[in-house]
Amino acid sequence: MSGNVQLLTDTLAAARAEGRSALIAYLPAGFPTVDGGIEAVEAVFDGGADIVEVGLPHSDPVLDGPVIQTADDIALRGGVKIADVMRTVREAHGATGKPVLVMTYWNPIDRYGVERFTAELAEAGGAGCILPDLPVQESALWREHAEKHGLATVFVVAPSSKDERLAQITAAGSGFVYAASLMGVTGTRESVGEQAQDLVRRTRGTGTELPVCVGLGVSSRAQAAEVAGFADGVIVGSAFVKRMLDAPDHASGLAAVRELAGELAKGVRGQA
Amino acid sequence: MPSDFFFPDPTGQVPSAEGYFGAFGGKFIPEALVAAVDEVAVEYDKAKHDPEFARELDDLLVNYTGRPSALTEVPRFAEHAGGARVFLKREDLNHTGSHKINNVLGQALLTKRMGKTRVIAETGAGQHGVATATACALFGLDCTIYMGEIDTERQALNVARMRMLGAEVVAVKSGSRTLKDAINEAFRDWVANVDRTHYLFGTVAGPHPFPAMVRDFHRVIGVEARRQLLERAGRLPDAAVACVGGGSNAIGLFHAFIPDEGVRLIGCEPAGHGIETGEHAATLTAGEPGILHGSRSYVLQDEEGQITEPYSISAGLDYPGIGPEHSYLKDSGRGEYRAITDDAAMQALRLLSRTEGIIPAIESAHALAGALEVGRELGGDGLIVVNLSGRGDKDMDTAARYFGLYDTDAEVAADAADTAEIEGDAK
Repeated sequence: MSGNVQLLTDTLAAARAEGRSALIAYLPAGFPTVDGGIEAVEAVFDGGADIVEVGLPHSDPVLDGPVIQTADDIALRGGVKIADVMRTVREAHGATGKPVLVMTYWNPIDRYGVERFTAELAEAGGAGCILPDLPVQESALWREHAEKHGLATVFVVAPSSKDERLAQITAAGSGFVYAASLMGVTGTRESVGEQAQDLVRRTRGTGTELPVCVGLGVSSRAQAAEVAGFADGVIVGSAFVKRMLDAPDHASGLAAVRELAGELAKGVRGQA
Repeated sequence: MPSDFFFPDPTGQVPSAEGYFGAFGGKFIPEALVAAVDEVAVEYDKAKHDPEFARELDDLLVNYTGRPSALTEVPRFAEHAGGARVFLKREDLNHTGSHKINNVLGQALLTKRMGKTRVIAETGAGQHGVATATACALFGLDCTIYMGEIDTERQALNVARMRMLGAEVVAVKSGSRTLKDAINEAFRDWVANVDRTHYLFGTVAGPHPFPAMVRDFHRVIGVEARRQLLERAGRLPDAAVACVGGGSNAIGLFHAFIPDEGVRLIGCEPAGHGIETGEHAATLTAGEPGILHGSRSYVLQDEEGQITEPYSISAGLDYPGIGPEHSYLKDSGRGEYRAITDDAAMQALRLLSRTEGIIPAIESAHALAGALEVGRELGGDGLIVVNLSGRGDKDMDTAARYFGLYDTDAEVAADAADTAEIEGDAK
């Protein structure tokens, strides 16, 4: 069975056709429990997210700030396994028909086996993967298997990326390009860096046809509207996780992430 | 003019241009750090070929660090090592008390050349942190040191030393709260502050070019030891022995001996409470290849690639990874690695203290315990050089608790029995 890279591409194209940005949400699998995490993904889809990235928690999340580290810790202490991540993808995609990606670090996939991982993710209905510590020059093996199984390889670009690297990365990537709005780890920020718009412009300047979506630090409807003014997609992670962490119980956590998705969905439609 | 103390690998064959030592190494880093890591590689390559860089580094190594370090023969200790001759390479006598200063001064000079004004570093036992704080004081650089919270407790003296030198010390509370988590936090800082900050990495791990660059700055250990042994013993050793956490002091000692096929290169990993207990940090003995902190190497991990929490009585060896060149030496068979328990290391620490008047760091005591084993295997004709990578002052609280040396412990009576045990070992 082939993965859903085409569904991802079509979803982003449909948003563009509507004259708006896509809303991409991130939530870790197994947080607060495997079933609870699946409910949370379905809640953000219900609230208005177009695409969800499901995190495969890692013991050493060097690119994540304290909020996602805390959620990863909870998931790992709860014993989350790769099979649970696959179930999260399968059920969330199955219930909504929307594109679901996996975001993780390279070692869990390297250890599990690239062929086994990509085959299982495609079979679960996954659309692709974001692997922020797998730079393009180390990615040939991954891309070979991802392509074989119909999965997107979403690379991250950063404000420090030089133009020649942007060209290499956009040539190798598929699905969309993840533009980091600033130099730093995940977590909410009061303002979106001015570097973001310049990075989107430089990324498009490579001539790529891939949509360019902006993440890192985006948490509010107003920020989403601002980013939607220059990017094809708005990626929000820590703000969702924080709503779940701050909620007094699971039901209110689900309500809170559904509400936030609704607010951000207005933002990506330019309604600041 | 060639340098007297800076000996970058003359063969230049490993690692490859992509940073691979055989199957190990590489550069697994976030895109945000690619430009900074590339800049380090370019600047190091320039510095390596610049006589002015070698001159500055030589001057510091002689007049500040105190190189060359002594080579001390330890005959009373060697009586317990099957009668083999044992020499210690005295990196503990360097300024700041360990080998770490060799690498730190090199990278501090590089920081200046790159025009950066702030340095961050991780530390386990605090030796790399102290050396880094020292160099930052010397060069007028801002300095932040990340240290696992557990390590700030067991190495409180070194925390005070770093703060005395003007560094900010951040106690890292995430994960296992030891060295690996300190490195994670330092990477997070680097991503956010890379414009003005150099990450002065403390061991021969991390993304290319760090494993090769840090090795080059420590090659002086083996180059000196080799020359000193030829003068003093008239021949090359049968074995070069060193402790391995990340592996910097070991690769520093080993590297100059790699072409000498008769010299066994023996790394001593921390077996903690014993490999079978699962409470250890013996990465090459019990790990599998994986990716941690920017390179592919042996890693302690579970079947799904989650890094497992290491344990060692020694904060400096309490790390679930290992430099990629050691993985390469292991798989090629050129290096041998054995695991040494907490107890064996602590016995060796006390033995060297009482037979030779030298109190080693607990890290280095793992190498001493390994040398006792190797000496007994070699017998009376054996010749061993051990890297005494650091001094034990920082470990006195741990050692005092382990052996009951505080008056309040009121267990000094055990002392007599302990002495008998040491004497018995000699027979």
